[in-house]
Amino acid sequence: MLSIENLHVSVGDREILKGLTLEIPAGEVHAIMGPNGSGKSTLSYVLSGREGYEITAGSVTYDGKDLLAMQPEERAAAGIFLAFQYPVEIPGVPNATFLRTAVNAVRRGRGEKDLDAIQFMRLVKDKSRKLGITDEMMKRAVNVGFSGGEKKRNEILQMAMLEPKLAILDETDSGLDIDALRVVADGVNMLRDPARSMLVITHYQRLLQYIVPDRVHVLAHGLIRRSGGPELAHELEQTGYAEFADGKAA
Amino acid sequence: MSTLVENQPAWLSRLREEGAARFGQTGLPTQRQEAWKYTGLNRLKAFGFEPAPAGAASGEVPAALVEGTQHRLVFVDGRLDAATIGTLPKGVILKGLADVLRNQPDIAEPLLGKLAKTGDRPMAALNAAWFEDGLVLIVPRGVTIEGPIEVTFISGDATAACHPRLIVSLGDHANALLIERHLGGAAGGFANQVAEIELGAGAQFRHYILHAEPSVSTAVETVSTRVGRDAAYRSFALTAGGGLVRREVEVALCETGAAAQIDGAYLVDGERHSDATILIDHQAQHCASRQTQKGVIDDDGRAVFQGKILVRPHAQKADGYQLSQTLLLSPQAEIDVKPELEIHADDVKCSHGATVGRLDADALFFLRARGIPEAEARGLLIQGFIGGALDEIDRPAVREAFGKTAADWLQRRSESRS
Repeated sequence: MLSIENLHVSVGDREILKGLTLEIPAGEVHAIMGPNGSGKSTLSYVLSGREGYEITAGSVTYDGKDLLAMQPEERAAAGIFLAFQYPVEIPGVPNATFLRTAVNAVRRGRGEKDLDAIQFMRLVKDKSRKLGITDEMMKRAVNVGFSGGEKKRNEILQMAMLEPKLAILDETDSGLDIDALRVVADGVNMLRDPARSMLVITHYQRLLQYIVPDRVHVLAHGLIRRSGGPELAHELEQTGYAEFADGKAA
Repeated sequence: MSTLVENQPAWLSRLREEGAARFGQTGLPTQRQEAWKYTGLNRLKAFGFEPAPAGAASGEVPAALVEGTQHRLVFVDGRLDAATIGTLPKGVILKGLADVLRNQPDIAEPLLGKLAKTGDRPMAALNAAWFEDGLVLIVPRGVTIEGPIEVTFISGDATAACHPRLIVSLGDHANALLIERHLGGAAGGFANQVAEIELGAGAQFRHYILHAEPSVSTAVETVSTRVGRDAAYRSFALTAGGGLVRREVEVALCETGAAAQIDGAYLVDGERHSDATILIDHQAQHCASRQTQKGVIDDDGRAVFQGKILVRPHAQKADGYQLSQTLLLSPQAEIDVKPELEIHADDVKCSHGATVGRLDADALFFLRARGIPEAEARGLLIQGFIGGALDEIDRPAVREAFGKTAADWLQRRSESRS
């Protein structure tokens, strides 16, 4: 599904990712854990195509295609989805309008027909109910005046509507209390599917109690330092990231 | 100067003579004058100011902006061409000005020229010299006109000047809503409009202005409003067309509790120019004013916003607020913002804010990451920005109609780029 080979990424003069290699097979959920500044968010932005990151070496192959050559919207149409750590507010654009525009753009990109207003409303009603998203939230401007939890649930709703093949969850747990976290995690778990891979990026082990990964990787100083099963997350909860502080592989 | 109305009464001749004399002294305003610093009228040098002879409309009159509008007056080159007036409450006068001047000049006499001072306003003086027709709306005390009144201005086949005059007078606790729609015509033309609006105690007047002329048109408006005790004047102007549109609005909050809200949005592309010059004059205690102006400027477009809040010495407890937000979409696009607070009272709450920026890169990436192609994502963000401006319109049917005009502008803009 996703194959990252020796990826080097710089921002300005600073090298953030220093030869990262990672393989995510179809249907698996992988977690990337790491301390602040280790390159976690850089990885999620590079995979989703944000500008401002210079790829100096390496490759990313997604579904057999060169991912790095694709525009952000082409990646979305091809099935990549980034759940933002800080979902963006868009004043003046109703949430429903935005979501329908996105769904139809992705459908067009996949060679499918647009959903009409009724088809769209039917689909969104079902999915939003499960996430506790009210009609009122669909009418409001995208994320404007939403609480932290509402913003994250809104992200998961977008994910449910766009039906990605690879979902990248960037610090989805940040800013959430335990109840909000549970709702979001339930939403993510509903979307687990043998045809859908996930990359869960987090600082804390807490999220991984709810979204249990198949594999856990530790990212520090721009490299994957260790990989293991779900038990690695528990171990890190005990030891912290101290052992990776020197920048050397364990 | 002319006698555009035959056998005009002496007071009207005097008004015209004064206007003509005043304009004769000053001529067109120049950019050396502070109020006109950012807007030049060179393009008018090719025009004669005498109104063109009556001609036919160049195209069909479009349907009303708001469906079900009962009262409509359509002006061609500044002359009333057609009027459909529904049933009006007793005592309301809704007519063309030429008609009133011909048949009931006594009605117009106390109102014409009362608020539109020509001393430091060459364009108002020019209008006084040449106006022929326009609108008279008089609503007696306590009367509410249900539903909107729409006046539509279109221009004929000839390149012509016209000088419409709008007279609005609402008695105490009267209530009305006026939509002013400027559609121009392919030949272009110059409309130099003056509006005089007087609101009695507790009156409510909503005034929505839409400029959607082709780029060959030039429009200059001078609006003078006097707001009485606890009365409210709310206006919103959407400028989505016109090569040069200048709206100069002066609102006097004359008595305790008077309020004004002067909002607007301007969508300026190509080489178009938009100017909103607003003066809110707090003359009495407990008066409130709001100004929200939002602009989207593209290509070589240019916009001007000069907004002044003046609080006179006795106007304590004034609450004045002004906000200007501008999106610049091209490197050549330009906005000149001049906010001014002039406060002579000591117990007031006045503030202003101005932002000028480009489309938010984070928002753009967010939309693209959701699969929305870049051009469409930009369009959505611009639409959202304009939508935020239109939210100031508290009548949903008008908001929707203005939204459609804004969407048409966006559509044309994106088509011209693809």
